[in-house]
Amino acid sequence: MFPELNNLLNTTPDQVEQGKLTLLCDAKTDGSFLVHHFLSFYLKANCKVCFVALIQSFSHYNIVGQKLGVSLTTARECGQLVFLEGLKSAVDVFFRPQEEPHPLQFLREANSGNLQPLYEFVQEALKPMDSGEAAWRCPVLLVDDLSVLLSLGVGAVAVLDFVHYCRATVCREWKGNVVALVHDSGDAEDEENDILLNGLGHQSHLILRAEGLATGFCKDVHGQPKGSS
Amino acid sequence: MAAAATCSTGTRSTGSMVVAASRNNVTSFQRRGPRTSGTDSGCSRLVSISGTRPSVRNGQLLVSTGLPALDQLLGGGLAVGTVLLIEEDKYNIYSPLLFKYFLAEGIVTGHTLLVASAKEDPADILQELPAPLLDDNCKKECDEDICNHKTESNVKMKIAWRYQLLPKIEARPVSSSRFGHYYDVSKRIPQELIEASKWHGFFLPEKISSTLNEDPCSLNHGYIKLLQFIQNIIYKEGFDGSNPQKKQKNILRIGIQNLGSPLWGDDICWTENCDSNCSLTKFLYMLRGLLRTSLSACIITVPTHLIQNKAIIARVTNLSDTVVGLESFIGSEKETNPLYKDYHGLIHIRQIPQLNNLICDVSDVKDLAFKLKRKLFTIEGTWVQALVRNY
Repeated sequence: MFPELNNLLNTTPDQVEQGKLTLLCDAKTDGSFLVHHFLSFYLKANCKVCFVALIQSFSHYNIVGQKLGVSLTTARECGQLVFLEGLKSAVDVFFRPQEEPHPLQFLREANSGNLQPLYEFVQEALKPMDSGEAAWRCPVLLVDDLSVLLSLGVGAVAVLDFVHYCRATVCREWKGNVVALVHDSGDAEDEENDILLNGLGHQSHLILRAEGLATGFCKDVHGQPKGSS
Repeated sequence: MAAAATCSTGTRSTGSMVVAASRNNVTSFQRRGPRTSGTDSGCSRLVSISGTRPSVRNGQLLVSTGLPALDQLLGGGLAVGTVLLIEEDKYNIYSPLLFKYFLAEGIVTGHTLLVASAKEDPADILQELPAPLLDDNCKKECDEDICNHKTESNVKMKIAWRYQLLPKIEARPVSSSRFGHYYDVSKRIPQELIEASKWHGFFLPEKISSTLNEDPCSLNHGYIKLLQFIQNIIYKEGFDGSNPQKKQKNILRIGIQNLGSPLWGDDICWTENCDSNCSLTKFLYMLRGLLRTSLSACIITVPTHLIQNKAIIARVTNLSDTVVGLESFIGSEKETNPLYKDYHGLIHIRQIPQLNNLICDVSDVKDLAFKLKRKLFTIEGTWVQALVRNY
């Protein structure tokens, strides 16, 4: 996690706000550092994290996580982290037909896709333990990223519904947080993506936007972040 | 997991150590290798694969693209497990060259090849690969080029004299090394090299004749067949670590030509609002999934200049790891521009992946041009000329 970002957002791992939807957005640059920041932040804050990682492999996040001071393997083994590795699961569901519903079942469907199995996976992963003892502070859902779902044939409305359901359960009912990354396609005129971005922008408590520099490329400065709530 | 056997002390490995806690709470440090699934995590012996080297930045295993100049621009080479997307130039003259360099490099280093095309038979593609420049031939070519180069570099810059001190991008072969070879495009690769190599071909018109039995999932028929073919090869030959008895690990080099063109049955090149506009992106996602879990590297050429829908181009770019665009000067007004008279086109490095790292290795020089000499394809920076243009 980045201390500067924590200072900007006025949070520390000890005091974590609850019940919030944070939207991460990047335009003309790579905003994945924000995902790594929040992942390591919530793991350090002792929250139970469900990470739906659709874009990169587990070892990529693990290696970067170690540079930021958390070990994803340890977190996964002790149950703090539930990791859905999208790439590996996609290969499984595509080439070997599954009997029971798989979170990425929509990959095998012809039309606009239903994210309900994915929602049920998240629900199952983050539901509070019945044993009574509060092992973890609050549940957190982290998604990297939502734009790739559009590339996989899921409609923007279906993705918005999924986020809505997750918010209702994770944020409202269980007082947890949801963090999601969406790419801003800028002038590429991606209508579905714009619908998704605007819809989530209205629903979220905090929008963190990483933009590339307007003047083009600079070696030392990669971009400018903007935050609005 | 595979990594280089010779971990020289020069390579910095900050943050690339893995802490694996065993049952006795004794931690064991293992040097992190490429991002394949940890099926061999119990094996502590590091094996080296020919034609690969670890990246100095993050220990990522790299293969050469066949063009050492391009390797340098991409931060050392192409990472194993990733996709290199070449955006084709307008008349598809130069992108097949990069494609062939990649495959030729695979043959020279002994990697297994998988060539997929809807236009040409893979066997014919392999026949047209450029011949590798071996050490003694290379020295002869070097010498003639050195004479030409020396006369150019002796011309001192009078106005922009500060730029004299900055390093130039290597435009000529210095020496033939194990990682990255030079090729002579005017000659064909020797037949015995092709016969000695292991390769698999996927020629779409041959494969598509059989009927499809699986349920449709909005993916193009051709793409489904190709994915199944690739997955089959990876599984059967153990590139995903599923067959640990194999004595020698190897890299699978996959080359897919003209992906997204109408020849593959995709309609994104002729209509803006197509029905199956997620066919190509879904294919790329599944391809990424296959690559990340195996020891393979892939080059694909896509005619992005034909794709009508800009949103699809953006999505395709996001789903690829490294993206290189070629812009040839043929038929454009730049052809008569005196600044570009020595070159055949521009090469744009649009995207470089950030793997196992928060930042990526970006080259300092942004204006790059290429030219195809009689024997060599070279890439050079044109930033000095660009500056002169502004005055």
